[in-house]
Amino acid sequence: MSLFHVFPGGIHPREGINGKAVTCALPIEELPQPSRVAIPLLQHIGTPCKSLVVKGDKVKVGMMIGEPVGFVSAAVHSSVSGTVVDVQPCILANGLQQPCVIIDNDFKDTWVELTPVAEPDKLDGKAISQLARNAGLVGLGGATFPHAVKYSLPPDKKVDTLILNGAECEPYLSADHRLMLAYAREIVTGAQTLQHALKIERVLVGIEDNKPDAIEAMTKACENDPTFTVTAMPTHYPQGGEKQLVYSLTGRTVKSGGLPLDSGVIVINVGSSHALYRAVYEGRPVVDRVVTVSGCVKKPANYLVRIGTPVEWLLETSGGLLPQARTLLYGGPMMGMAINREDIPITKGCSGITALEKSSALENESNCIRCGRCSSVCPMCLVPSVLDKLMRKGMYDEAERQGVMNCIECGACTWSCPAKRQLTQSCRTSKKVITERRRAEAARQKAEEARRAAAVAVQEEAK
Amino acid sequence: MTGILIGTGVLAAIALVFSLLLTAVNKVFAVPSDTRRDQIREVLPGANCGGCGFAGCDALADAITAGKAIANACPVGGLAVAQKVAAIIGTDAGEQEVHKVATVVCQGTIDRCKTKFTYHGIEDCIAATLINDGNRACQYACLGLGTCVRACKFDAIHIDEYSKIARVDTDKCTACGACVAVCPKNVLDLQPITLPVRVLCRAEEEGYLVSDNCKIGCIGCELCKNVCKFNAIAMANHLPVIDRGLCTGCMMCAEVCPTGAMWGDLDNRRIALIDRDLCIGCGICKKVCQFEAISGERKSIHEVNEACTGCGQCVPKCPVKAITLPIRQHVRDANAKVGTSEGVAAIPKDEAQPN
Repeated sequence: MSLFHVFPGGIHPREGINGKAVTCALPIEELPQPSRVAIPLLQHIGTPCKSLVVKGDKVKVGMMIGEPVGFVSAAVHSSVSGTVVDVQPCILANGLQQPCVIIDNDFKDTWVELTPVAEPDKLDGKAISQLARNAGLVGLGGATFPHAVKYSLPPDKKVDTLILNGAECEPYLSADHRLMLAYAREIVTGAQTLQHALKIERVLVGIEDNKPDAIEAMTKACENDPTFTVTAMPTHYPQGGEKQLVYSLTGRTVKSGGLPLDSGVIVINVGSSHALYRAVYEGRPVVDRVVTVSGCVKKPANYLVRIGTPVEWLLETSGGLLPQARTLLYGGPMMGMAINREDIPITKGCSGITALEKSSALENESNCIRCGRCSSVCPMCLVPSVLDKLMRKGMYDEAERQGVMNCIECGACTWSCPAKRQLTQSCRTSKKVITERRRAEAARQKAEEARRAAAVAVQEEAK
Repeated sequence: MTGILIGTGVLAAIALVFSLLLTAVNKVFAVPSDTRRDQIREVLPGANCGGCGFAGCDALADAITAGKAIANACPVGGLAVAQKVAAIIGTDAGEQEVHKVATVVCQGTIDRCKTKFTYHGIEDCIAATLINDGNRACQYACLGLGTCVRACKFDAIHIDEYSKIARVDTDKCTACGACVAVCPKNVLDLQPITLPVRVLCRAEEEGYLVSDNCKIGCIGCELCKNVCKFNAIAMANHLPVIDRGLCTGCMMCAEVCPTGAMWGDLDNRRIALIDRDLCIGCGICKKVCQFEAISGERKSIHEVNEACTGCGQCVPKCPVKAITLPIRQHVRDANAKVGTSEGVAAIPKDEAQPN
């Protein structure tokens, strides 16, 4: 048992009767397939995929329809069998249009031929990274970081710890919880494969103590492997945040702007580990994921959903929204995105659909009373009230100096603010502005360099 | 009494000593400063808007003195300031750009453009774009939450109370570009103040999608392109692009636009006026006119009729300079179409429109 470190800040949202308790006892059900899916070509952080299909093409389940472009990318596969209707931009959860492959389902569910890896024990880092890229593996916890990048370790970096993230600290959601109960052995095998491929010494499994059955299942699944340690962590939001988890389990801190890799740690979600198992031992790419539908819906449930299924279909299967539902969230209540339409497709990063009552949101802001609660709950030790003020004054440079880029957008500050100030939202705004400025600055520098190089070339030619 | 006198005396003595000391120090440690720098700083507007690219007016004054910036570097002061600065540093005032103003390239007021949902977040357009890309149905629409208003140092831009989109006060706008830089929806643009027509829509979508969202958005029908007699309009991404070099300001495009996305400065529309004393009846103007708006027999005085659009093509062609272009005092009759006015034989519609 490793020593447990408590990260600074954090909250414990009281969920009452509407929280995880609603769905955590419900086993995963397979959602009936919808008649039409819209599969976005960008379901990860990075470059969008190049479409491999055109209108009228016949596709099978598991067929690659989006080819990864560039290093930070992961393939996209068809989740149903049928005919491609079109490749056109559709609106996703963030309100922006992204090109999607729209497929009409023929309900035959014919799969492409799946070829499992012949000798999983002989996979090395390069092979497993390539496998992850082609199987469309991304961080299924929500960040959707392509796993191919996560697995390709730079030669100068030494990684000694693999962390399996089973914290699932977000209220209402129970997708990972049910996954751990149903597929504990597969999750552990997936992690072992990765451990052997990357030659990692130990594996730490972090699970919040509000899931004792999952802790038990995971402990049992890995009892024969002495390199595995399952840690029950106190239920404390945002325990599942990557940096918080690394600190809690290893005592190491992740540098500002750095990756856990810099501290010798790789963190993967239990869902991703399960997907890796399937990719290696079954040859099956990511075509579905577990999604919790909870809150103000008639029949809350944990569904195994095909990627590209519209939210509408999920809600319909769950008996629709209750009359008191006012806000529909794509994700959990703390970090989910509010959506205003139901035709948005489920992507690889969506772990839940939550419907909230009116009282949960839409409260008017009042002035900051300087109670300091936001800074005491901030897991990144920022001062959200000051960052908020700076953003509203347009002082983004100063906000950057105060470390706003370290904000993990967990929402703890907004949740705890007695004045109902939208602190996380203003941090997100600052982050967006600063990111855009950095990008513009980088583009300007690149153009400047190109101009200089051209000038030098002209001069040399003249000589 | 003596106490007061002693006190006053001591203070006066201290004051004397210090004043002498300060005077001496001021003389000994004096830093030679460029007087031109202070003069330039005096001349500059002093709003510290940053439109010149330097960190405020002091920085620009330093840069001009050091020769790192030119005399007309201040976009706000315009020619007047440039001349004063040039006089101080002894160079040419340089060429002035056309007087530009910030223009809101969106007319999607709340009665015209639909809203997707009620927005309860921070009153800031950038924050609003993070939630479903803003609450306007059109993804290119002005959100009207006032990020540009806060960026403007000259109080020249406001959110209209009723229409909920940004409005620019052209008298106050100095074209510093601060609002253009902050707008997350790119609905602000610096355009010459004198433009006769502008495309006030940025919706690069198919027409049916635009008209679903907004009553005044450009639907890409290409009527403006077809009606333009000077080939000044091309279509790109479902939007007209006006070639300013070819545009004559006839405003026919604004007249035919079915939605109103093509805005025309109809208040300042011009009309050709032939000086009856000068006209020699050569008929060149009649031949040049694309709108059949000039009638008259050879060797007799020519007349301009209601069909004139004020394009001004006839003005430079007149050998005796008899044609002027005053601003119309009345609204042009919308039915005064090409070739329908008196004295001119009606020509079929197909021939009237090129292409």
